[in-house]
Amino acid sequence: MPRLKVSVLTGRTIRQGQGKEYGKLSERYWKSVAICEIDPEDMKYLGVKENENVKIIADYGSVVVRAVKSLRAPHRSVVFVPYGPWASMIVNPETHGTGMPSFKGITATIETASNEQVLSLKELLKQHFRKE
Amino acid sequence: MKTLPIVSNVTCPVCGSLCDDIELVVEKNIITKVKNACGVGESKFLGYSTHRPLKPLIRKKGELVEVSLIEAVKKSAEILANSTYPILYGWSNTNCEAIRVGVELAEEVGGVIDNTSTVCHGPSVLSIQDVGFPTCTLGQVRHRADLVFYWGSNPWSAHPRHIERYTNFTDGRFRSSTWNRYLSSLGAYRAKQRMQRASKLAGEIGQATVPESTAPEKISHLPPALLQKQRKMIVVDVRRTRTADIADYFLQVAPNKDYELLQAFRALIRDEELDVDAVAGVPIEILEELVDVMVSSEFGVLFFGVGLTMSAGKLRNIDAALSLTRDLNQFTKFLIMPMRGHYNVTGANIVSTWQTGYPYAVDFSRGYPRYNPGETSVTDILSRGESDAALIVASDPVAHFPKVAAENLVKNPLIVVDPETSATSLMADVVFPSAIAGVEVEGTAYRMDMVPLPLKKVVKPPKGILSDHQILLRILREVRRLKKRQKEA
Repeated sequence: MPRLKVSVLTGRTIRQGQGKEYGKLSERYWKSVAICEIDPEDMKYLGVKENENVKIIADYGSVVVRAVKSLRAPHRSVVFVPYGPWASMIVNPETHGTGMPSFKGITATIETASNEQVLSLKELLKQHFRKE
Repeated sequence: MKTLPIVSNVTCPVCGSLCDDIELVVEKNIITKVKNACGVGESKFLGYSTHRPLKPLIRKKGELVEVSLIEAVKKSAEILANSTYPILYGWSNTNCEAIRVGVELAEEVGGVIDNTSTVCHGPSVLSIQDVGFPTCTLGQVRHRADLVFYWGSNPWSAHPRHIERYTNFTDGRFRSSTWNRYLSSLGAYRAKQRMQRASKLAGEIGQATVPESTAPEKISHLPPALLQKQRKMIVVDVRRTRTADIADYFLQVAPNKDYELLQAFRALIRDEELDVDAVAGVPIEILEELVDVMVSSEFGVLFFGVGLTMSAGKLRNIDAALSLTRDLNQFTKFLIMPMRGHYNVTGANIVSTWQTGYPYAVDFSRGYPRYNPGETSVTDILSRGESDAALIVASDPVAHFPKVAAENLVKNPLIVVDPETSATSLMADVVFPSAIAGVEVEGTAYRMDMVPLPLKKVVKPPKGILSDHQILLRILREVRRLKKRQKEA
């Protein structure tokens, strides 16, 4: 299975903003945030089509999200994940004494995950932060 | 004809641009129409009532169950009064009045009060304290700026009306909007695309092709718009964003190399020669021409986003950006401003500063305020697993903190005050649904340029739902009562 070493950027998108204001339990939020924008050439290399699932594996965790073709290519080996609980799974907690974790430029590998599901917000919380 | 009840000059409680020209149509206590807002603002005004609990909740046997306000206040006060190192976090999506009570509560329980700037422009604050802050208000930018930089910032997505209200697409007293120029460049771009498609098609069917241009190569590397006297926009980012698409020039910097690029600009401004061909992936000739554009501007402004504060170098990137601005003032007028994210994150810094002396990450565990980001910042405290309880107000750290910090946050008793259901409220032990500041509650918020603006109460909150300010006052009173009783015993 082809794997690609990437630098992950997290950030805002207007759809993420609209989704969070509409409601974090809404499908609109899930659709706008549990995604990964990938360069079309990298998608070809990985054998991933639009809306298929990919797994991002970093030193601090991994997450399955939906692959979306980037509209602003080329940016080979750089992928973008909007802010949200899915992106936070792979964020580097190191603050270098500033209080600020490293939300951008996270080193990770990406691969297809056609057999894995993109979890809903409640499923994600249950899996990672079970509270009794 | 029936006229609809319109509320005008409403301040939008979404991003740091704090647009105060919103018009809302309110019918039977429901907002039915929004005018002037961006897509995000419109979603807030029209969608605020979805996914919203209307009763306080307490976790019992693993499930959140509805309880009375009195029971929720008592439980919260017990958690806070009995903890040794609680954190009080959030504050950027509520009004200044609530933040003031939050600081008082933090002092009372000997906790740490921190706001979301710790994960957005905290490094900018640290750097401003080190270097200084040549800045202005957005009104000055609107009327006077002829060169606007957006560095590591994508206002098209995060501050959608910033360009339209304060910079290139607005008509100021001394500067005209460049909207028409953008439209004509868009037209030219589309015509070029059509030509290319026609040329390709003609080639494919073996007909005449469009001859290649024989025009001599341009000497300048920059587009002609940057060399004119009118308003110009330059975007510097690691990837092409929607803002980059509308800029006059897009400078793509290699990831985590902003510091090098900023320092290269500083060296070139001082007429020093660089013994390299490129810095951060940008050829030196382009940097030299950009320096000419900066120096020859009459009023430049550099807006920077979390692209600078979150990537390698963090506060040192901001040191370099502030120093570059300072250096440019030897030649022209140049200013700088952080693109603050949440609508009242600036207010959270300001209230915290006038109450404690420090803008964020304030630790009251010794009975007096202490400030040492890296040690007293909430992300670090949580990553080290040091806190034993948390009060989260108007924020969603479970969704936005690194996993290890979120794990340690939900491990301990967690109180959430938030109008809406969030990842954090789903993990909480006590949840207070509150009225929405700027929609159901009035108050004060600070714009990104530190100008305070009034928030309006447009509709009444649901019955029994109090504001963040009122809920916090009740918790504070109960904590004081408990502490007094503990002292007496």
